[in-house]
Amino acid sequence: MSTFVKFIIDGKICLSEEGKQLIEAAKENDIYIPTLCNYPGIPPKGSCRICTVLINNRPATACTTKVTENMDIKTSTPELEDFRKAVIELLFSEGNHFCPSCERSGNCELQALAYKYRIAVSRFPYFFPERTIESWHPKLIKDHNRCILCKRCIRGIKNNEGKTIFAYGRRGQYLEINIDPETSKNISDELAEQAMNICPVGAILVKEKGFITPIGKRKYDYNIIGSEIENQ
Amino acid sequence: MGNTINAVIKKYNGDETRLMDILLDIQTELGYISDWTIEQISKALDIPAVEIIQTLSFYHFFHREPKGKYTIYLNDSVVSNFNGKDEVKKAFEEEAGIKFGQVTPDGLIGLFETSCIGMSDQEPAALINEQPFPSLTPEKAKKIIRMMKDGKSIEDIKGNKYGEGNNSHYLMRSLVNNNIQERGPVIFSDYTPGEAIKKIVKELSSTDIIEEIKKSYLRGRGGAGFPTGLKWEIARKAQGDIKYIFCNADEGEPGTFKDRVILTELPKLVFEGMVIAGYAVGAKYGILYLRNEYRYMRDYLEHVLQEMRDDGLLGKFIGGKKGFDFDIRIQCGAGAYVCGEESALIESAEGKRGEPRDRPPFPVESGYLNKPTVVNNVETFCTAVKIILYGSEWYNRMGTKESRGTKVLSVSGDCERPGIYEVEWGFSVNDILRKAGAKTHEILAVQVGGPSGSCISEKEFGRVLAYEDLATGGSLIIIGKKRNLIKDVVLNFQHFFMEESCGSCVPCRVLTVVYKKIIEKIVRGEGKSSDIENLQKWSVYMKNNRCGLGQTATNPTITAIKNFKYLFDESVKNNSESFNTSFNEDEAVKEYIEIFNKK
Repeated sequence: MSTFVKFIIDGKICLSEEGKQLIEAAKENDIYIPTLCNYPGIPPKGSCRICTVLINNRPATACTTKVTENMDIKTSTPELEDFRKAVIELLFSEGNHFCPSCERSGNCELQALAYKYRIAVSRFPYFFPERTIESWHPKLIKDHNRCILCKRCIRGIKNNEGKTIFAYGRRGQYLEINIDPETSKNISDELAEQAMNICPVGAILVKEKGFITPIGKRKYDYNIIGSEIENQ
Repeated sequence: MGNTINAVIKKYNGDETRLMDILLDIQTELGYISDWTIEQISKALDIPAVEIIQTLSFYHFFHREPKGKYTIYLNDSVVSNFNGKDEVKKAFEEEAGIKFGQVTPDGLIGLFETSCIGMSDQEPAALINEQPFPSLTPEKAKKIIRMMKDGKSIEDIKGNKYGEGNNSHYLMRSLVNNNIQERGPVIFSDYTPGEAIKKIVKELSSTDIIEEIKKSYLRGRGGAGFPTGLKWEIARKAQGDIKYIFCNADEGEPGTFKDRVILTELPKLVFEGMVIAGYAVGAKYGILYLRNEYRYMRDYLEHVLQEMRDDGLLGKFIGGKKGFDFDIRIQCGAGAYVCGEESALIESAEGKRGEPRDRPPFPVESGYLNKPTVVNNVETFCTAVKIILYGSEWYNRMGTKESRGTKVLSVSGDCERPGIYEVEWGFSVNDILRKAGAKTHEILAVQVGGPSGSCISEKEFGRVLAYEDLATGGSLIIIGKKRNLIKDVVLNFQHFFMEESCGSCVPCRVLTVVYKKIIEKIVRGEGKSSDIENLQKWSVYMKNNRCGLGQTATNPTITAIKNFKYLFDESVKNNSESFNTSFNEDEAVKEYIEIFNKK
């Protein structure tokens, strides 16, 4: 039997199982902590840093933190909210994110967070990098312009034999995510679709297949990201 | 080629956690790692090629295409630039007939730049096929290229004017000099290998050792200053059938070179410290993580390890004691500053890209191969040996309240006597400047603790080197008044962090580029006062990065603005906020004019 612990988020007393991931524990208590790189069911990596909260007044990522008894968490201080907004703006500055021409528009978590934080333009200079779109794969398209390097595909998608399909290449500003030609060769349609869906943005697309729901009627076209948790 | 690859993989028993060694050995044999080679390794180890590329492409000394029979890596550090790197670079280029970043068409010579190679006391320096060539001049550079064209071997090109001390050992034969300017009472005092081991075998238990180290208040010498005794104690109590002791010799902080000298002159002191740590913690395996820039020492260090085995100071039954087994292997890096961070270092030693881990768990609980692992700095191990020999009381008589004992400092830049100084904690910056023969009235700034530390002005030269005042991992770069601080120092450091970010955390990956771009803009004379305000404001976002590199990567800018605001204000004073200073009319209409003129 699991033990329940009491902890505090922004002054609100919360309850959850001991050792549960803070993001999930907060969700159970109707509190939304924004994230991009976290995905339920796959090991967290803490790379986008958007879910940074204060735990006993020290910064930590909520995706890599497990709740313990009497933990004192702050998630919505003005500084933290400004930091999150800054991270989203940094991602827009770094890549080439042109929402009007993106297949993922309306289902994109980066776009949805930008709406939530009312971002019209990034405060940081735009890089306008020259990046490629890889289309050699029989089933997948990898658009490096849109990739935010969150590692969800690397961590969450393995082939039938449990082998890696996606991995990082290079480092720093040249960091990229590559697809292995061998291990990805015979992936099923279902796995290809899973890869597309695990991607928070439109960086992985399945070839020759459109989204069923038209733009304008998608998940975040009407509802602010996280509102489904906050308005329980 | 296939045979070479298979032989190397066999040497490491097909163990994918030894991928770094496999890649290093194959590159040594074949010169570079081609796509075909990657495919062969992938098949032999049964891991996807994309994972091999993930490791390979992370480190800047691995090549995926030929980089020349002779590969020259010229140091791009601040002090190298102070001492005439540009002229040396020009000489290399003129003589070789190519630009940096290129390889000669005949595949003979490749010219590249690299981050600090730990030779700030003898710049400009270059690594040529892993061999250091310090104190270069344009004449020497031209001569080197001519000898390459004549087909001379690296040994011939080096000549025989080897450096002092063990630098001229037959297994090292390096041109590097030690430049030990001051020997202190702890590290560079008299030492007989094996004495401390003899002492613990005879009279000390593992808890005795930990107690003694705790009583000495020894703090880690890598920069963070974590109490060593406590680290050992946690590791000793940690659950685990196997435990590891790592020595962090990935000294990458620009301006730091003390570990180079310690490893050259006192390798047995370092290794003995690891043995003692192993005894205290209950570990049987030690790994020296040696930065690639110091790979020229490897054969010599392997030889030293063998000597220690022969003398019963390593291996089984150390000091004749049953059950006291400990051995050390050397793990080389391949060029990544971030691997100096302990969890990134562990990842790298496991054959992966050097990306820092999330903590907890800390390495003392779950480190190398998920086993309890102690990671300590080279200097920390040396100090521990002396504490065991002479006692914590002896040690506590030196230094200050919060910082006991001595610190080995790497001093470089605009001074008469750059080199190594072992001093008691508590000396002021002024004291060190005097020792190094720097004239205070000619000094603009001192960079304390490297780029991740701080850039201080004359007002603070009275400050004391100690954890309670000016904490430092041990380097001082002296910056003369003749230097352009923003261009020669701040820009170089921001470029360094941009190059060395692992890229995993968004603020670090992106803001290091933003900072470099804005500093460049200021250097071009296009900066505005709002740029300076932004640089100050945005650094707060870096505090939320995962590791120390990310958290300190804007320090060069922030501390320079804090202490030299007038220099920044001066450089932007003529630029109004109301127009785009970077706009260049000629540049903007260039394409139009080209097309227009064609018609």
